[in-house]
Amino acid sequence: MNLHEYQARQLLSRNAVALPPGDVCDTPEGARTIAEELLAQGARRLAVKAQIHAGGRGKGTFRDGFQGGVKLCVAAADVYDKAKAMLGNVLVTRQTGPEGRLVRKLMVAAAPQIRKELYLAVLLDRGCSRPVIMASTEGGMDIEEVAARTPEKIVREPVDPALGFMPYQARKVAVALALKGEFIGQGAKLLMGVFKTWWECDASLLEINPLCLVDAGDGKEALMAVDTKLSLDDNALYRHPDLQAMRDLGEEAPLETEAAKHNLNYIKLDGNIACLVNGAGLAMATMDIIEHFGGRPANFLDVGGGATQDQVAAAFRIIVQDANVKGILVNIFGGIMDCNVIAAGIVAAVKETGLRLPLVVRLEGNNAHTGRQTLAASDLTLVTGSSMADAARKVVQAVGPK
Amino acid sequence: MSILVTPQTRVLVQGITGGFGARHTQLSLAYGTQIVAGVTPGKGGQLFENEVPVFDTVAQAVKETGATASAIFVPPAFAADAILEGVEAGLDLVVCITEGIPVNDMVKVKRALEGKGTRLIGPNCPGIVTPGQGKDSHGGCRIGIAPGYIHKPGHIGVVSRSGTLTYEAVWQLTCRGVGQSTCVGIGGDPVNGTSHLDVVRMFDADPDTHGIIMIGEIGGAAEEEAAEWIGKHCRKPVAGFIAGASAPPGRRMGHAGAIVSGGKGTAAAKIQALKAAGIAVAPTPSEMAETLLKRM
Repeated sequence: MNLHEYQARQLLSRNAVALPPGDVCDTPEGARTIAEELLAQGARRLAVKAQIHAGGRGKGTFRDGFQGGVKLCVAAADVYDKAKAMLGNVLVTRQTGPEGRLVRKLMVAAAPQIRKELYLAVLLDRGCSRPVIMASTEGGMDIEEVAARTPEKIVREPVDPALGFMPYQARKVAVALALKGEFIGQGAKLLMGVFKTWWECDASLLEINPLCLVDAGDGKEALMAVDTKLSLDDNALYRHPDLQAMRDLGEEAPLETEAAKHNLNYIKLDGNIACLVNGAGLAMATMDIIEHFGGRPANFLDVGGGATQDQVAAAFRIIVQDANVKGILVNIFGGIMDCNVIAAGIVAAVKETGLRLPLVVRLEGNNAHTGRQTLAASDLTLVTGSSMADAARKVVQAVGPK
Repeated sequence: MSILVTPQTRVLVQGITGGFGARHTQLSLAYGTQIVAGVTPGKGGQLFENEVPVFDTVAQAVKETGATASAIFVPPAFAADAILEGVEAGLDLVVCITEGIPVNDMVKVKRALEGKGTRLIGPNCPGIVTPGQGKDSHGGCRIGIAPGYIHKPGHIGVVSRSGTLTYEAVWQLTCRGVGQSTCVGIGGDPVNGTSHLDVVRMFDADPDTHGIIMIGEIGGAAEEEAAEWIGKHCRKPVAGFIAGASAPPGRRMGHAGAIVSGGKGTAAAKIQALKAAGIAVAPTPSEMAETLLKRM
């Protein structure tokens, strides 16, 4: 589950991570009020930031041609105008796909002059099964590019889960970020707060990019987390009701949300051959084999190991809602689950949804023979596949080339 | 022979009285596996299916029955604790089937396992099967949720992160009359107890394993790590398959660990690493057995 920037800021501020002052709003009037307060507090420049679950906002374009999901302003009236242009508008960035995201909320925050941009993240290092702090002096840009071009500019500090993140490690990272003097202590404190937030929230990724040395007035500088991205471990949400309450269903694909209600794991893709499979690995492999034979999968769908007739019916209802779908491939290896239950579920679902699309079914495993008989005895016009390859070839043939 | 377990291995089940645990314990008993004890706190003294004694703690079960391996079927919130209880009781092998354990729980478990004699398989895995000599491989050791009857005793080792893809590979072998030494599902989570490499090394050292099918998927670098070792050291033919070539980056494909993030863990990079190590890569998941048999 992803959080919005403004939500991540709330969580970071609980652990005393320094942030530019600001607040969230959902109307242009609200944006103006926040702007007036920040200006009264001495802010000289403000940022208006669209709150969507996707990166690349600054370089994004709104559906109506308005440029940029992050805008700098100096006057409250200007903040009002920018907010009016963004709210209720659809923002398309390199991460949203062409459909973009509807902007429902904005953050208005002080935008101090930036002296230096740094990069900081906490994530799981799968290689050593430990959390790792990743930091770089090359902030404000895509870290993947930094990793590709100048990997030596990224420092990694793994954390022993038995000890936690130790202050000496935080100081080490601060020094590696080329911080000097009082900023080593300030930076270490900020790093400790960032790691604490990551650990307490059971986050999968907490990224601060950029972490900035900013002009704090009177010739002084301060270290601040200027932009933040936070993703959480779905498996741990059960123990964080406060974080669950932050879920923004408006940012999630409606079909995926509906599938989750039926304990189905569905991910919409952009092809035209829908698939319904048991098991995540087999579901991925089914998508792959469709591509191998020249087709394009419309979705990932894992009905799980103990799928019921109702789940199969729900799965069919979900996949046919995707208007791009021109054919369906059902691939079941029923180890323990009864293939005849799946077959009965398919027959019921096809009748219920009045399906007219080509349907290819491959059933293998427990009671597969009876399952195939059930399919054959129904008056459905479906095709059976004798193996994964046979079934994939047939569905690609039925749908036509991509 | 086989790796990790033999038909004689004495197995206990943590969470034996829960619906999921009970169902699969019945199936393992029917398969002929030596299920010698169950553990459910508060239900000590009961008998499961009128034959398997239930204990309150793993330590009691080990002491009374001599169990050396455990299957864990407890819900995700309690699974890390259950693993550590098995480790403290001195089990040789703990197989955690549970899906949905918080990653940070597993980070702590993995740290606690350092220096301990217990091997953890999983979590979020189908478990282990060493096929038996009876009809439909009856009499084997089945720890977990894999269908027993699809196996056949023989000499191919299968290791995979995915359950259904393991069954697919096993069934392809069995249908061609080729049996398996042991089949190991290591699980689809980003932090697990045993890696592809760990299992491949065991297969390489097992005189009864003559060839290996290694099934991987997007995310992490465990397949690359195993491939590098295979290229340098493995004395047995290996076929591989990597799932997820068609998966979009940044999306978690069912398994918590199956995600391409930051351009890392792509199927293309893994396939390249496998090929560079001389592993025969199956072009489709339908040809896993065939690819290995051609190589042997």
